[in-house]
Amino acid sequence: MDFSLTDEQQQFRDLVHRFVASEVKPTAAEVDEEARFNWEAVGKMGPLGLLGLEVPEAYGGAEVDALSAAIAIEELGWGCGSTALAISAHNGLALGPVVRYGSDAQKEQWLPLLASGEGRLACLALTEPGAGSDLQGGVRTMAVKEGDSWIIDGNKMWMTNASISDVMIVLCRTDPAGGSGSLSQIIVPSDAEGISIGPAEKKMGLNGSPTHAVNFDEVRVPAENLLGREGKGLQQTLETLDHGRIGIGALAVGLAQAAYEEAVQYAQDREAFGQPIAQYQAIQWMIADAATEIQAARLMVYYAAWQKQNGRRFTKEAAMAKLFATEVSERVCRNAIQIHGGYGYSREFPVERIYRDTRLMTIGEGTSEIQRLVIARHILEL
Amino acid sequence: MKVVVCVKQTPSTTAVFRVQNGSVRWDDPGGKPNVVNPWDEYAIEEAIRLQEKHGGDAIALTMGSEESKEALKTALAMGCTEAVLVADEAFEGSDTLGTAHVLAAAIRHQQDVQVAVFGKQAIDGDTGQTTIQVAVKLGWTPLTFVSEIKELDPDAGTITVERLLEGGKETVSSRLPVVISVVKEINEPRYPSFMGIRKANRAEIPTLTAADLDLDAGSAGKAASKVDWANVYELPPRDTSVEIIEGDTVEEKVKKLAERLLAEKVI
Ligand SMILES: Cc1cc2nc3c(=O)[nH]c(=O)nc-3n(C[C@H](O)[C@H](O)[C@H](O)COP(=O)(O)OP(=O)(O)OC[C@H]3O[C@@H](n4cnc5c(N)ncnc54)[C@H](O)[C@@H]3O)c2cc1C
Ligand SMILES: Cc1cc2nc3c(=O)[nH]c(=O)nc-3n(C[C@H](O)[C@H](O)[C@H](O)COP(=O)(O)OP(=O)(O)OC[C@H]3O[C@@H](n4cnc5c(N)ncnc54)[C@H](O)[C@@H]3O)c2cc1C
Repeated sequence: MDFSLTDEQQQFRDLVHRFVASEVKPTAAEVDEEARFNWEAVGKMGPLGLLGLEVPEAYGGAEVDALSAAIAIEELGWGCGSTALAISAHNGLALGPVVRYGSDAQKEQWLPLLASGEGRLACLALTEPGAGSDLQGGVRTMAVKEGDSWIIDGNKMWMTNASISDVMIVLCRTDPAGGSGSLSQIIVPSDAEGISIGPAEKKMGLNGSPTHAVNFDEVRVPAENLLGREGKGLQQTLETLDHGRIGIGALAVGLAQAAYEEAVQYAQDREAFGQPIAQYQAIQWMIADAATEIQAARLMVYYAAWQKQNGRRFTKEAAMAKLFATEVSERVCRNAIQIHGGYGYSREFPVERIYRDTRLMTIGEGTSEIQRLVIARHILEL
Repeated sequence: MKVVVCVKQTPSTTAVFRVQNGSVRWDDPGGKPNVVNPWDEYAIEEAIRLQEKHGGDAIALTMGSEESKEALKTALAMGCTEAVLVADEAFEGSDTLGTAHVLAAAIRHQQDVQVAVFGKQAIDGDTGQTTIQVAVKLGWTPLTFVSEIKELDPDAGTITVERLLEGGKETVSSRLPVVISVVKEINEPRYPSFMGIRKANRAEIPTLTAADLDLDAGSAGKAASKVDWANVYELPPRDTSVEIIEGDTVEEKVKKLAERLLAEKVI
């Protein structure tokens, strides 16, 4: 057993950390406050490899292992939750299925463009006004084959990156009869006729990551835009979420780490009753708990990634890592505010934003309840 | 076109130094103790840009120890096409002149180099002498403090650059080959990439020794150096004290501060 990163993984980590520290973290407050996407930083990510983390080198990607990819998202989360979410969704939710299920032609068409940063981002459209946790029963967006085309009609909700994307992977019902074999994933260019993207949702946090409702009105795409197999959309989606959960877990660890670092610093600087508050046991315990829980969460995320890159099953491990890391992150961020006292509640200090950002992590890509359901199903073989 | 970029590995900007048995040691509690000389990142970037524009090779060259390969790996990860380490026990104790002698021989060894790019200075030695000394040894034109390469024609063998001087800018043309040193205004160094890091880790970095460069013992290292480090010692700690300037208004505080600074002859 070896807990150390390889030289190469460490070099990747150092690179992303340096990049995030100078290009992403300094503007995190501003992009949230102004609800704008950080294109300045993201524009520089393509050449580094951050926009094609697990895309094969043959298609212009970085082709890093799952652990390195998780570390990259963790470091981005340490810098800025909004930017990290956008990049995590782009890599894990959108490019992932193209890499895994795409035909050579589909890969050729989309991967070099999106991994290099010459294009914009990509997104995944699962959730609908009436379907979130329950995709199998709830998805109403229909795709009907007509000659050489699919005609797509329906409404999607909460699409991260929709307005800053070149392409959407859309989960559609292709068999009106329903059931687990009635859904398919279809690749839809974001500028296709009939697509209307709603205004950015007004959210509690992550305001630098635009989220949109998207309407599909008789959107016509070529039949060959079917991604993977017809009727396998649900299975492909659930697999994609397994991968994505490692990313969200890593993102939550990064957010927690950032809040924790702020809290440790503040506890040493702030004085009350004649000494730094770090001298009080109540503060020390919050710091000790945070450090302990972050370490446990990080190890769980890395373990899930390690299972993945070694070709083992990781559905349960990814769900556990996501569940634990996101709930730890919320606790750590909550206590980071507590340690800051009144200043922690102020927008002048980063912990306020990080707390709002991390709140999503127990909801997106499967709520904590759904993670527990997935874990229990594995244990009880349901 | 063949471009060489000379890269020095230096202590990181946050390294902590101490003197032990007459030599300087350092460590960086917060990170890696050694980095590519920050000024040389601009040189690497410019060399890569020249290579991207004119084709050929961008070769990173470092004189140093086995550990300095790290600096060369960074150069490769950023996009240099080759890297060469110049290392030999005989080079130990080189001053800038000794270093320049070896670097010049290593540049000549690459054959047909048209441009040798240097940083403005090394953040540790800080002399900025090496560039000129290399140019003199090679008999090439030195163009220092370059802030822009305005024109470069490898076939015609000409180059025009803008030099950043204290009082302004100067445009100079020369025939190739040239030795140039660059200032930070010239470009924005790129980050290495994941792909580059992987390539760098797999790359063979050859080592050139004194014998490879036909250098005899007298022309490198201590023997060839003019500078002698007679006594290396730690600076005595400075006496400092803190004084808080009190006052009812900002104006009053500023006035008092200015008076104190004048009295202390700081301003
Ligand atoms: C900022 C943001 C970004 C998002 N980005 C995307 C995106 O890019 N693409 C995309 O497709 N979606 C995205 N989503 C949607 C997100 O994935 C869903 O909100 C999430 O899956 C939950 O679905 P829902 O909101 O419909 O909640 P519901 O499914 O309605 O759940 C409501 C509550 O019921 C609970 N619940 C549901 N079923 C069960 C059960 N069987 N047992 C116990 N409890 C249950 C849930 O845990 C939750 O507490 C995003 C959401 C947000 C807020
Ligand atoms: C372990 C050690 C022992 C030393 N011992 C002595 C000594 O005994 N006597 C003495 O006088 N000096 C000694 N030096 C200092 C040494 O001579 C200088 O560091 C060296 O000559 C470069 O000078 P500089 O640092 O001023 O670089 P500058 O002249 O400021 O550097 C200008 C540019 O030259 C290039 N360059 C400089 N050095 C190198 C290099 N090694 N490889 C590739 N490119 C380079 C870079 O592009 C750099 O930006 C020692 C240094 C070290 C690290």
